[in-house]
Amino acid sequence: MTKNKNFNNIQLTTLVVLRFLIGWHLLFEGISKLLSPGWSSAGFLRESQWIMSDIAKWIISNDGVLNTVDFLNTWGLIAIGLGLIVGLCTRTAAISGALLLLIYYFNNAPITGIEYSVPSEGNYLIISKTLIEAAALIVLAVFPTGSVIGLDVLIDRFKNRKK
Amino acid sequence: MDKDKGQTQQPEKKYSQSRRTMLKALAGIPVLGIFAYEVMQKNSYYKKNEFNLIKELGLEDIQSATKISSAAKGDLLRIGIIGFGNRAAQLASGLGFLHPLNMENQRNNGRLNDWLTQENLNVAITGICDVFDLNAEKGLATAKNEVLAGGAKPSGLPVKRYRTYQELLADDSIDAVVVATPDHHHARITTDVVKAGKHVYCEKSIALNEDELHEVYNAVKNSDKVFQLGHQITQNVVFQQAKEIVKRDILGKITLIESTVNRNSTSGAWIRHLDSKGNPKPGDLNSIDWEQWLGNRPKMPFSTDRFYNWTKFFDYDTGMLGQLFSHEYDAVNQLLRIGIPKSVVSSGGIYYWKDDRDIPDTLHSVFEYPDRDLTLLFSATLANSRSRGRVFMGHDASMELSGSMSITANYDSTKYKQQIESGNIDTNSPMLSISPGSGDIDAVSSATEKYYSSRGLTSTVVNGRSIDVTHLHLKEWIDCIRNGGETSDNIDRAFEEGITILMAHKSYVEKRRVEWDPIQQKIV
Repeated sequence: MTKNKNFNNIQLTTLVVLRFLIGWHLLFEGISKLLSPGWSSAGFLRESQWIMSDIAKWIISNDGVLNTVDFLNTWGLIAIGLGLIVGLCTRTAAISGALLLLIYYFNNAPITGIEYSVPSEGNYLIISKTLIEAAALIVLAVFPTGSVIGLDVLIDRFKNRKK
Repeated sequence: MDKDKGQTQQPEKKYSQSRRTMLKALAGIPVLGIFAYEVMQKNSYYKKNEFNLIKELGLEDIQSATKISSAAKGDLLRIGIIGFGNRAAQLASGLGFLHPLNMENQRNNGRLNDWLTQENLNVAITGICDVFDLNAEKGLATAKNEVLAGGAKPSGLPVKRYRTYQELLADDSIDAVVVATPDHHHARITTDVVKAGKHVYCEKSIALNEDELHEVYNAVKNSDKVFQLGHQITQNVVFQQAKEIVKRDILGKITLIESTVNRNSTSGAWIRHLDSKGNPKPGDLNSIDWEQWLGNRPKMPFSTDRFYNWTKFFDYDTGMLGQLFSHEYDAVNQLLRIGIPKSVVSSGGIYYWKDDRDIPDTLHSVFEYPDRDLTLLFSATLANSRSRGRVFMGHDASMELSGSMSITANYDSTKYKQQIESGNIDTNSPMLSISPGSGDIDAVSSATEKYYSSRGLTSTVVNGRSIDVTHLHLKEWIDCIRNGGETSDNIDRAFEEGITILMAHKSYVEKRRVEWDPIQQKIV
């Protein structure tokens, strides 16, 4: 994929706004976890029922792994959120974010016949907001805007100068 | 957008171009600034609200009252266990000993690590007594396991099986005894243990009749040995905080306490002679010393029903009263020191489990404490498991106490009238909650927190490690053996509980209201 900087104004604006919105959301998800000391992904993973349930069980059963997952999740969310907002390594951030969201989705997918003890906050059939957010991040990865609006501009310039 | 025009532009234009590029590069920074500002706003909002309620109730200092002191130092304590069924296996685990198979189970449950980090109590299990060979063998394998909790090293002492409990008590190499037999042996064995000069930890319930209860009470009182009754639930750190909540009158005047049993399974109804596949569990006259198992109870032909399901029969137990109400009573007595009631009425019947049982499967007992302006209600069913909790009902608030605690202000409260009117306190959901995981007190603020706390799911969020309360109860006993002091379930508490249970039992059996005569010290 080439770095297409030829968006028109409205295209660029909507893409960047979308980037800010998702970045804001993920950053706050990470910050909230950081700010609540008792937080652990164990509660979420215990609910896991579909194709990821075995991995989830393994994670919970092992303190070291659980702590690592908690750490990576919290700081991953913060890094991805920051990356999206300031436009740093934007495409990497978008792809990592999409992957992370897909992991959430597959642990907690609204598949008919799978019941979770914690009800979802909306009404879902296969498609959930998590999945849509992941898809939106893939869109942002395909149409990267960091090199136009974002710190990636500086990085590009720095790289070009070196050349 | 502007196209890059290469190197051919004027210097001035180039300057403005690079300024524009710079602005574009930093466009996300203001967004980040707004974000940071909003996060701070949100935090200070919650902190302010949370702090106010806790401060207003004067509860700031109970937030971290959850430290567990380390075990008393002392010489190796040699423990004998009389009766090695399921409960004894849990007690052994609390002492730091697991059967190799149970270790595997704990590993699969993800709880092995909690167990391995359990504090080393510096004890050795050196004697096992069980009338059933299979149980005795399990006990021996448990006591001999090389891997111990808390990084303890095996003592290297031999582990001996005793055929009778009298032989175990006669052995001078045993310092202390854990009694985990069926209930009809508790009082007699405990009496003999202290008479043999050993400390004793006895599972509830303490006695099945008044004579035995008085006998064990006197025996323990006249000895210098440490007695602990097995009611580990009050070791939960939440109970320490509940105690403070009650002491500081957060609930207002408490006039009613509701305690419940809500079970709906064969195992819950004490039908336990079949394994998970429906096959009879092992045990026959070759492997079980039936005479000894019966003890001083009426002679009966051997029956696996009686051996495994002894709780169903009044010869060996008082059913839900001895097995379950005992815990409820202890929880209340530890918090409020209610002692023996003035009167008790029990009523119930066998309405669902129509087998050969004596014990009711539906039972209500009402305990009156007119001196305390208090009624304790026990409502129990073995045919519906809808959770009804254990609730302390005060004029100003209700406290629901289980593994976690939540306090909900009452709509007609006098004390909280103003805060309720101003909307600071919502009476439809808990205003305070304590989850065992964090041990911290929270003013319940967000919807998720409310949801989790109302369903008791907060216990899954474990900050740090979870500690077995049975371990703590045993530790308290052992600490008192080494350092002196009173156990929380000492013989006075056990006596109060024993009488209270026997009153309810007598009321059910004789179908009348019974009273306690404090002068003559008997139930009338």
